[in-house]
Amino acid sequence: MYSNKFRRLMLGLHCLKTTAVCGLVQRAAGRSGFGWTAVCRQRTLWLQRSACREIERRAVLRQNGVRSASHSTVDPDELRKFQSLANKWWDEQGEFAALHAMNDLRVPFIRDNLLNVHRARHPGKPLAGLKILDVGCGGGLLTEPLGRLGAKVLGIDPVENSIGTAQLHSSFDPDLCERVSYQVCTLEELSGGEDEGAGHFDAVVASEVVEHLADLETFAFCCSQVLKPGGSLFITTINKTNLSYVLGIVVAEQLLRIVPDGTHDWEKFVSPVDLERLLESHGFSVQSVKGMLYNPLSGAWSWTDSTAINYALHAVKLRKQAEDSSLHPEDHTIESSS
Amino acid sequence: MQKLMRASLALNGLSRCFVTEKHLSAIKVTRRGLVCADHGNDVYDIIISGGGMVGSAMACSLGLDPNLEGKKILLLEAGNKKLMDKVPDTYSTRVSSISPGSATLLSGIGAWEHITKMRFKPYKKMQVWDACSDALITFDKENVEDEMAYIVENDLVVAALTRQLDSLSENVQVKYRSKVVKYTWPMPSQETDYIPWVCVTLANGETLQTKLLIGADGPNSMVRRELGIPTVKWNYDQSAVVAVLHLSEPTENNVAWQRFLPTGPIAMLPLSDTHSSLVWSTSHSLAEELLELDEERFVDAINSAFWSNENQSDLIETAGSLFRGALSAIMPSAGSPRQLPPSVAGIGPKSRVMFPLGMGHASEYIRHRVALIGDAAHRVHPLAGQGVNLGFGDVACLTQILSQAAFNGKDLGAIQHLLEYETERQRHNLPMMAAIDLMKRLYSTNAAPVVLLRTFGLQATNMLPTLKEQIMAFASK
Repeated sequence: MYSNKFRRLMLGLHCLKTTAVCGLVQRAAGRSGFGWTAVCRQRTLWLQRSACREIERRAVLRQNGVRSASHSTVDPDELRKFQSLANKWWDEQGEFAALHAMNDLRVPFIRDNLLNVHRARHPGKPLAGLKILDVGCGGGLLTEPLGRLGAKVLGIDPVENSIGTAQLHSSFDPDLCERVSYQVCTLEELSGGEDEGAGHFDAVVASEVVEHLADLETFAFCCSQVLKPGGSLFITTINKTNLSYVLGIVVAEQLLRIVPDGTHDWEKFVSPVDLERLLESHGFSVQSVKGMLYNPLSGAWSWTDSTAINYALHAVKLRKQAEDSSLHPEDHTIESSS
Repeated sequence: MQKLMRASLALNGLSRCFVTEKHLSAIKVTRRGLVCADHGNDVYDIIISGGGMVGSAMACSLGLDPNLEGKKILLLEAGNKKLMDKVPDTYSTRVSSISPGSATLLSGIGAWEHITKMRFKPYKKMQVWDACSDALITFDKENVEDEMAYIVENDLVVAALTRQLDSLSENVQVKYRSKVVKYTWPMPSQETDYIPWVCVTLANGETLQTKLLIGADGPNSMVRRELGIPTVKWNYDQSAVVAVLHLSEPTENNVAWQRFLPTGPIAMLPLSDTHSSLVWSTSHSLAEELLELDEERFVDAINSAFWSNENQSDLIETAGSLFRGALSAIMPSAGSPRQLPPSVAGIGPKSRVMFPLGMGHASEYIRHRVALIGDAAHRVHPLAGQGVNLGFGDVACLTQILSQAAFNGKDLGAIQHLLEYETERQRHNLPMMAAIDLMKRLYSTNAAPVVLLRTFGLQATNMLPTLKEQIMAFASK
């Protein structure tokens, strides 16, 4: 009974904290003195509230997670569980073989686009000095290569087991330990949470994540929150086309079992045009979109011209916020009036 | 009432902070607990086992690569450090023919400069002929100025590489007099003390861990044996006798000579205008006999091996000259004049040694976190002068692949790119090894049909410059 009250009070506090942030945003918006800020404010408030709701949900999960993690420092049962999961995640010929192979495309994509902006100062570590956030890092498949390239990477994932596996796997390598860290939370929590999350990363990577999200608006908003101005956002995901249904779901899941059955929901796929529009409305400028193709025979990915199935997208958070906001007042007033 | 509310809020606020902190720190502690377990031994990125010519070249090559900067590389050598303050007056008996491709690699890693400052002999032409017939083939570059390959003493190569390694001491560590007694391979285990790295135990009790082990420990490789990699190998029932020869008179010594006797090929490789190196592959019993002969008789044996025609039968001679006549009618300008090798007057003091010959090929060059290079992966007959060149080719290929893997943030011991190395090298090495083995077998007999066949083959090849160029290009890589 007491634990319930405690939990509710905790959640209450969480909401209080986020509304406090909301208040700040409102005041900032108010200062600009334009009529459209009211609408903007509405949108921000709505986003914050939905983020708050997410946080409530996550906090409940975390509450349970917290209890088990705080029981012991090194629990052999937990370790064994993570170890068995590690064998799934980190088996290069196993269930996640396609994801391992995708590193051959996505790591150079991220590395080269970041090097275009931040010139490499350190020969052995091209991404040294950069802070990267890996959203939905899973077992750390993409987090580790980025760490090896010298960046300080924070991997987040709501699934505690995946984070446990990722931490276990990276714990053996003293090189990675210093640069790679993991946290069980969602992007909303991180961006809405303490200052630690806000405006702080040089790049955000969301690889094979966007097709699993319910709310893309929140996602784009939170990405914008955690990125430094001029920071990069890298997304790899699946297009919503007939071809992607046939190949991505029917063939990949049911016939060839490249991904486990039920991994993807075609309704959640998003086309590059829609994604681009969404990101641009949140202050991003899309720099490049490239199609990716998986060859199940060779087990390798390759770049391709067509974005009909898989594609990778690189966007940059625009530096001047005021300039960006001024582009959108007409759309929103039209929307609200209709 | 309000005070109570505020108090409880404050308390909850505190406890929330506390709980959140605990949660994060709990996970961190878990990780730290695991990390502490490993910090007893440093984890190296690459350990190279074996500091011979190929192993040292690998260490230099990795140490100089820009993408591998900051990686911890270690070279383990069981012997002493081979420094050479000044070049010894006498030549050493073990020499190698360094192909242009290998010379490019060595100059890329800065060792070739040291070698040129010490001692080396470029040669421009190679003459290979049969003892059982008149057939002969000569290889030379079209442009007379170009060098075909270089004869360098093995000790000099190692000394040059050692000097280069000294200058790379921030990137590459070398441990001399460190013999490996045990290798422990990464096991996919579920235990809590699981270590995903390769563990190397030295004779002095030290244990080192590495993400990638490169085995460069020679034809009797312990790495290969411990991995249980099936190896195709056989002994040739031949031993090579090596010696340093003093020539009768100084000559412009820029030709490499090799004559195929029925007992095995005898080769004279130029070291300077007055000295040459002998590599005589022959049966075990003959080799032992040769070692026991006194100097004068040994020199006579060498000269007669190169000059005498006692193995030729009339039939072969007639057939040979007939065929040569026919070929010269078709291609009158082709073929080079026969030259005779310089005669030998004496041998260097205490320079006669013999060592057994064999062929070996590891069926796999790689395993998870392990790669084999040089003689550990492949061992050939010295008749083509290719042994160390294949090894240097392995070094160039593996360095390039590891460099690319590091630039892509990959785990260096991952099998995906190691497989690429294996495929590329096996594709190059296997045909070469097959050709060398075939040559050895073809020339091991003096049965008439085989002799006729190889006579015609050799003469025909000698007349076709394009084919010779292809052979030279293949051997020069």
